[in-house]
Amino acid sequence: MLSVNNLAARIDEKEILRGISLDVPAGQVHAIMGPNGSGKSTLGYVLAGHEGYEVTGGSVTFGGADLLAMEPEERAAAGLFLAFQAPLELPGVNNANFLRTALNAVRRARGEAELDAVGFLRLARTESKRLHMPDDMLKRNVNVGFSGGEKKRNEVLQMAILRPKLAVLDETDSGLDIDALRIVADGVNALRSPEFSALVITHHQRLLDHLVPDRVHVLSRGRIVRSGGPELARELEANGYAGVVADAA
Amino acid sequence: MPAATETIDTVQSLTQSGYKWGFETDIEMDIAPKGLTADTVRMISAKKEEPEWLLDWRLAAFAAWEAMVEPNWAKVGYPKIDYQDIHYYAAPKRPAPKSLDDVDPELLAMYEKLGIPLKERAALAGVEGAGMEGVIGSGNPNIAIDAVFDSVSVATTFRETLAKSGVIFCPISEAVREHPELVRKYLGTVVPVSDNYFAALNSAVFTDGSFVYIPKGVRCPMELSTYFRINAKNSGQFERTLIIADDGAQVSYLEGCTAPMRDENQLHAAVVELVAFDDAQIKYSTVQNWYPGDANGRGGIYNFVTKRAACRGARSKVSWTQVETGSAITWKYPSCVLQGEGSVGEFYSVAVTNNRQQADTGTKMIHIGKNTRSTIVSKGISAGRSDNTYRGLVRILPKASGARNHTQCDSLLIGDQCGAHTVPYIESRNPTAKVEHEATTSKIADDQLFYCRSRGLSEEDAVGLIVNGFCKEVLKELPMEFAVEAQKLLAVSLEGSVG
Ligand SMILES: Nc1ncnc2c1ncn2[C@@H]1O[C@H](COP(=O)(O)OP(=O)(O)O)[C@@H](O)[C@H]1O
Ligand SMILES: [Mg+2]
Repeated sequence: MLSVNNLAARIDEKEILRGISLDVPAGQVHAIMGPNGSGKSTLGYVLAGHEGYEVTGGSVTFGGADLLAMEPEERAAAGLFLAFQAPLELPGVNNANFLRTALNAVRRARGEAELDAVGFLRLARTESKRLHMPDDMLKRNVNVGFSGGEKKRNEVLQMAILRPKLAVLDETDSGLDIDALRIVADGVNALRSPEFSALVITHHQRLLDHLVPDRVHVLSRGRIVRSGGPELARELEANGYAGVVADAA
Repeated sequence: MPAATETIDTVQSLTQSGYKWGFETDIEMDIAPKGLTADTVRMISAKKEEPEWLLDWRLAAFAAWEAMVEPNWAKVGYPKIDYQDIHYYAAPKRPAPKSLDDVDPELLAMYEKLGIPLKERAALAGVEGAGMEGVIGSGNPNIAIDAVFDSVSVATTFRETLAKSGVIFCPISEAVREHPELVRKYLGTVVPVSDNYFAALNSAVFTDGSFVYIPKGVRCPMELSTYFRINAKNSGQFERTLIIADDGAQVSYLEGCTAPMRDENQLHAAVVELVAFDDAQIKYSTVQNWYPGDANGRGGIYNFVTKRAACRGARSKVSWTQVETGSAITWKYPSCVLQGEGSVGEFYSVAVTNNRQQADTGTKMIHIGKNTRSTIVSKGISAGRSDNTYRGLVRILPKASGARNHTQCDSLLIGDQCGAHTVPYIESRNPTAKVEHEATTSKIADDQLFYCRSRGLSEEDAVGLIVNGFCKEVLKELPMEFAVEAQKLLAVSLEGSVG
């Protein structure tokens, strides 16, 4: 599904990703862990096509296509989704309208029929109920005045509606209480299928208890310094990053 | 279809220049020689077969104009206008049509192309008129249209239907002949001939425009609208609109405007006067889409307009809503003189500037009567290398006890080479009055656009959503069918402003 080869990227002359290689086969969930500032969010942005980051080396294929050659909206249409660590606020833009416009843009690009207002609302209500979101969240402006937890849930709602092939979740669990955490995990699990993969950036074993990753990768200073099975996350939870990062240094 | 989707379609259907109303119509014209003297004024008056009182009125205005100097306080810059290098009269040669059937087919075709079929469609046939883009009122069975082409009105629809309820809706030149007592009683009483340089010029040389009279207690049965089109080269357009709503009358009126793309600048100096008596309500909406000039600031309309409403009656209400996307220069301050006790003035404005456009626009609310109220909501959007200024005056006179004003002034910047300026003047001479002013400036952040794009929206789509969200409070004041058009127009105007 996703294949990252020796990816390097910088911002403002500062090297942040320094040769990342990673394969996420279809149907698998991989976790990315690592200390603050190691480049986890940057990896998500570069995969989604943020123009502030300059790719200086390496390649990425997504479903066989050259991901780095695509515009951000083309990546979305191809089935990539990034749940932002800090979702942006869009004052004046109604959440339901935003989602419907996005969904229909993606459906058009995929050659599928657009959803009318009624069809969309039915879908949005079902999904938002499943995520235990308050009813008025669809009517409010995108992320404006949302609590931290509501913003994260709104990201998961967008993911549920856009139905990506690969979801990159950037600390979507941070700042959530235990119930909210379970809801987010359920949101991801609901999409699980042999065609769906996820790259889950997290600091917490708690989320991985619900998601059970196939692989865990530890990122440090722009490189993957260790990869392993689900037991690696438990080891990190117990001992912290220091040992792993020091080993690699 | 969601607005943003339609917007995309519109944007994609555009030519590279962006402005698709810019074609020229080849029609045999009767054009006066360039230049402006008292004889030009006499010539225009004679062409229109006007009574002597009106000629005298024009000549007084001309004398006033000659003694005035062009104002320069607005934040707009442009080369000196040579008033002797303009044609002051341009009209199609064919004699004035008596009915819609007599209108020159070339003209009908042009309006059809603009999306404004000048037909009185049967209510059911209205559904086929959905193809209108970026202009107003076409194909809608519930809208009566007066079409002004250069210096003259070429057609007015639904006049008989309106006459049944006593509403007069006709070209002002015709009103001068058919309803002289009304025109004489009100013309120039809201905007006096010597009010300002451009109003004086207009009073001297105005050629056509719309006249509306709504009798006592009548609620106008349909939307009225005027569509202004400048076509002739090196000509100015000086239209004059007069709307009178008698006691308890109600009317909603909309104007739209387009012009061909030309390298030279063209002058448009209009005057609009509104009079509202006791309990009367006038809703005046504008979708201004004059040619804005090209990306380098070549060509475009100079739009110097005086619009004012006199709320003479108790509890009368005038609401100005404007969506200003066109013109190289916009100089325009639709105002309300709130004389009647408890009268209400509203101003809702969206002004978009892109490329090298300059807009200096706002309103004046003059509170004279007790318990008068006014609301100002201004949304300025600047992109490219444009300049966008809100200039507003709220004046509370000593007798206006209990007067209230609320002003909300928001600016949105796209890119970092444009300017947004807010110049509010507040003068309160009554201690019981309450005046509130709020202002914000924000920018469309690259990260907001990236967030939208990561969800599958194109950049234009994303800007459209954010801009429409920003203008929501104003767009909702427009009559429904126009709000959709205005949304599209906003997106089209901002095309190429990001990326
Ligand atoms: N816009 C930026 N300008 C300069 N440095 C940045 C920018 N964004 C991120 N960085 C730097 O890149 C490094 C990686 O950041 P990030 O990818 O956010 O890390 P993580 O998500 O792992 O905490 C950090 O040192 C951060 O300060
Ligand atoms: Mg991060």
